[in-house]
Amino acid sequence: MVIQELSEAEADAIFRALADSTRRDILRRAIRHERSISSLADRYAMSWAAVQKHVAVLERAFLIVKERRGKEQIVRANLDSVRRASLLLDQFEQLWHERLDRIGDILTPPDTASPDRAPPGTASPDKEGTER
Amino acid sequence: MTVIDVNRDTEALTLTFVAEFPEPPERVWQVWADARQLERWWGPPTWPATFDRHDFVAGGESRYYMTGPDGEKAGGWWRNEIVDAPTRFEFEDGFADADGEPNTELPTTRTVVTLTATESGTRMTTVASFGSLEQLDQLVSMGMEDGMRLAMGQIDELLAA
Repeated sequence: MVIQELSEAEADAIFRALADSTRRDILRRAIRHERSISSLADRYAMSWAAVQKHVAVLERAFLIVKERRGKEQIVRANLDSVRRASLLLDQFEQLWHERLDRIGDILTPPDTASPDRAPPGTASPDKEGTER
Repeated sequence: MTVIDVNRDTEALTLTFVAEFPEPPERVWQVWADARQLERWWGPPTWPATFDRHDFVAGGESRYYMTGPDGEKAGGWWRNEIVDAPTRFEFEDGFADADGEPNTELPTTRTVVTLTATESGTRMTTVASFGSLEQLDQLVSMGMEDGMRLAMGQIDELLAA
């Protein structure tokens, strides 16, 4: 799939398509394996026609493609394997960005003015100059 | 802390992060070695991790669980393969069953952490490797709290195409 410049109308279609939790779930499943519309209908306890409607919205946003195979209609995510890998690695990239931010905060707490204070555990509970 | 480089290799299925910290390697090593520090960053704030075992030596293992907002628990394990303080750590990370023991049917991630002293502190390189696209798929869908994060990633991807 090549979308060079996303028009406002196309972006609207994508956001509208992903605004619904069932459609997000359909897309997520379609990324992992192709699915038949009837198997999706079973999963969501929805009529075939209702799933078909959701699929049509995803299709208009170019997020999935549909093909007829015998009696079945099969849907799959409209992503090649490089794009799929990239999309999946994205999730881990985000995870590690957040982890590294947290490591940075542990090493250099954002609100400590003077890092040369006594290390934790050696400071006395009262503020200063408490000699026992 | 500054992330100075991120590299995604969509063929080898690796993700490499290079980050720099102003502290020396001995200090940065502690965020891995000390379970109490590790707990403060391994899981997201909404799913904090608790390490009830952290045998941080070559051949040692770790067990942890993450606790979700509704009290639900998700377990994980590490097999610590190379532990050379304070420069190199390699481990395998996977999912655990409800009893906390490794589930060997689910995919694992292999991570190599290298700490190098620099003039201004430490450079930490983290390389995570995934076995196959199918395994990566499975990891992502298991780790997904809801479809929206994936959806947002997808939008970024589309916009960047």
